[in-house]
Amino acid sequence: MPDGARSPGRRGRRRPAAALGLVLVGAFLGLALAAPLVAPFDPTAQPAKRLLPPSARHLLGTDDFGRDVFSRVVYGARVSLQVGLVSVGLALALGGTLGLVSGYCLGVVDALAGRVIDVMFAFPSVILIIAISGVLGAGLGTAMLAIGIVYAPIFARVVRAPTLAVVQQPYVEGARAVGAGVVRVLARHVLPNIAAPVIVQTTLSFSTAILSEATLSFLGLGTQPPSPSWGTMLSAGRRFMELAPWVAVYPGLAIALTVLGLNLVGDALRDALDPRLRQAGV
Amino acid sequence: MSRYVLRRLLLLAPTLLGISVLVFVLMRLIPGDVVQVMLGTEAQLGPEQRQTLYRLLGLDAPLPVQYLRWLGAILRGDLGVSLRTAEPVAAIIAGRLPITLELAVLAAALSWAVAVPLGVLAALRRRGLSALVAHVIGLVGLSVPSFWLATMLLLVTSLYLRWQPAGAEWVSPLRAPLTNAQQVLLPVLSLSGALVAVVMRMTRSAMLEVLGQDYIRTARAKGVAERGVLARHASKNAAIPVVTVMGVQVGYLLGGAVVVEVIFGLPGLGWMILNGIYQRDYPVVQGGVLFVGVLFVLVNLLVDVAYACLDPRIRYA
Repeated sequence: MPDGARSPGRRGRRRPAAALGLVLVGAFLGLALAAPLVAPFDPTAQPAKRLLPPSARHLLGTDDFGRDVFSRVVYGARVSLQVGLVSVGLALALGGTLGLVSGYCLGVVDALAGRVIDVMFAFPSVILIIAISGVLGAGLGTAMLAIGIVYAPIFARVVRAPTLAVVQQPYVEGARAVGAGVVRVLARHVLPNIAAPVIVQTTLSFSTAILSEATLSFLGLGTQPPSPSWGTMLSAGRRFMELAPWVAVYPGLAIALTVLGLNLVGDALRDALDPRLRQAGV
Repeated sequence: MSRYVLRRLLLLAPTLLGISVLVFVLMRLIPGDVVQVMLGTEAQLGPEQRQTLYRLLGLDAPLPVQYLRWLGAILRGDLGVSLRTAEPVAAIIAGRLPITLELAVLAAALSWAVAVPLGVLAALRRRGLSALVAHVIGLVGLSVPSFWLATMLLLVTSLYLRWQPAGAEWVSPLRAPLTNAQQVLLPVLSLSGALVAVVMRMTRSAMLEVLGQDYIRTARAKGVAERGVLARHASKNAAIPVVTVMGVQVGYLLGGAVVVEVIFGLPGLGWMILNGIYQRDYPVVQGGVLFVGVLFVLVNLLVDVAYACLDPRIRYA
C-alpha cells in the first residue's frame, strides 16, 4: 500500500495534537498578554508567609520570600514571550538576511557566509550561548542577544537552500530581465516562495529559545531576581524542594507545557506546509 | 573513500581557524579593562604598574599580533593558566574530561538502546499502542527541560525512595564502579530524556520512509519473510539518517551536561566553563570553549565519515 493512502488516518491523529498545541500556545499568549488581569498579586510583592502550600488564596502556594507562585508563573510567561520574540526576531533578521544574500549572490559572498555559518555550528549551542552571555554579563538583554546570535546560522541555512532553488526559476529570471532591482526581486519573488520553511523554523526556534533562556536563568546568567523568569524560579525553588516542591514543580511545568504547545504547532505547520512530508506520511 | 576523507580534512582547517578567531574575539568582548577584571575590584594599581602588566601579558601589541601569539601557544598545547589557581588550563581540562565523557557516552548508549527499538516498533505498528506511546514520549521528551527532569528525579528519589546519589566527589568507574554507577545514574537519566525523543522520532520517520520504498515491496513480493525484510533491507537503509543525528547529539550532550553537572555537583567540562564564568577566570572559559568546539567538530567529522561508509551516494556526490 503506498504511503499516500495512509496519510488521511495519520492526519486525523495529528489534528487533536495540533488542537492541543494551539490551546497551549493560546493559554501561554493569553497569560503573557493579560498577566495583570489574571495574576491575583504583584509578582514581586510579598503578601503572605514563606513556603505556604497551594490553597484557594495562593493557587500554587508561595515561595521562600512569601511571593505568590501562581502570579509569578503568570508573569513569567511575559518574560518567555519577550525572549521568544526578541531573540528569534534577531536570529531571523541576522540569519535570514545572511541566507538570502548568500543564496542570491552566490560566489565569494556565499563561500564566506558558508564558512561563518560552519564556525557558528562548530559549537554546541548551549555552550556558545553560555559563553556569550557570561562574557557580556548576566541579564535578560544579553541572554536574548546571545540566543539571537547563536540561532542566526540556523535561519541562514533554512533561508539559503530554498533561495538558491527559487532564484533559478524562470519567473525570477523574467523579473530580472525586465529590469527589477535586487531588493524588488528578493521582496516580491523570492521571499513569498521561501516563507513556508521559515515559518516552521520560527515556531520551533521560539520553543528552543524559551528553553535556552530558562536554562541560562537557571544557571544564574539570564533574567536576574526578583524578575519572575521560570528558569530563575526553578533554580531558587530547588534549594528547598523537599520541603516545598511546588516552588520548583510549577515553573518547570509551565516551561514544559509552553514548549510542548509550540512543538505541536510547529509539527502541524510542517505537515501542512511541506507537501513532501504529507505524501510520505513521515 | 580516502579522497572523501582527505577533502573533509582539508575543509576542517578553515573551520578550526574560524573557531579560534571566534573564541579570541569573544574573549576580547569582555566589557571594561581586562587587567582590572583579572585583579578584581579591590586592587588598585598606578598607571606605570598597569602599563607593565599590560606589556607582560602581551596586551600592548596590536590585536592580530596578540591573536597569532595566542594561536602559536595553542598549537604548542599551551592553553594558558587559570587566574585563580595558576594551574595550566590544559591540565584542568584533562582532569574534567573523563566525567563529561562518561556522562555523554552512557546517556547516548542508554537513549539509543531505548529509542531505536521504540522507533522501529512505532513505524511497524502505526495505529497501535506502541505508536501512541512513542508519539507521546517523542513530544514530552523534547518539551521537558533537562534541568527540570533532573530536579524531579532528585525529588522523587529522595522523597519517595529515600535514596540519594552517593558521595560528594566523583569517583572513577575504574576505581569504584558501584559508587560511580550510583553517582551517574540520575545525571545520565536526566540527559537521556530529550535524546530518546530525538532518536526515536528520527528512527520512526526513517523507517516509515524506507518501508514505503519499491525495493521493500520487491523483497516482500519475492517471498522474503518479514523479519528478513526488516533486518536485511529496511534497517540498513533506515540507519543512514539516524546515524547523522549522532553528531548533533554530541553537541546536545556537551551542552546539556553543563546543567546536569551543576545540579548533581559533578565537576565535568561544563561545570568548569560555568565556574570559570562565575569566577571571571577567562583563560579557563577560553580554553574550555575552544576545546569543546574542536572536540565537537572532530566528532562530527567522524560521524560524516561513518555516514559516507554507510551511504556511497555521499562519497561520490
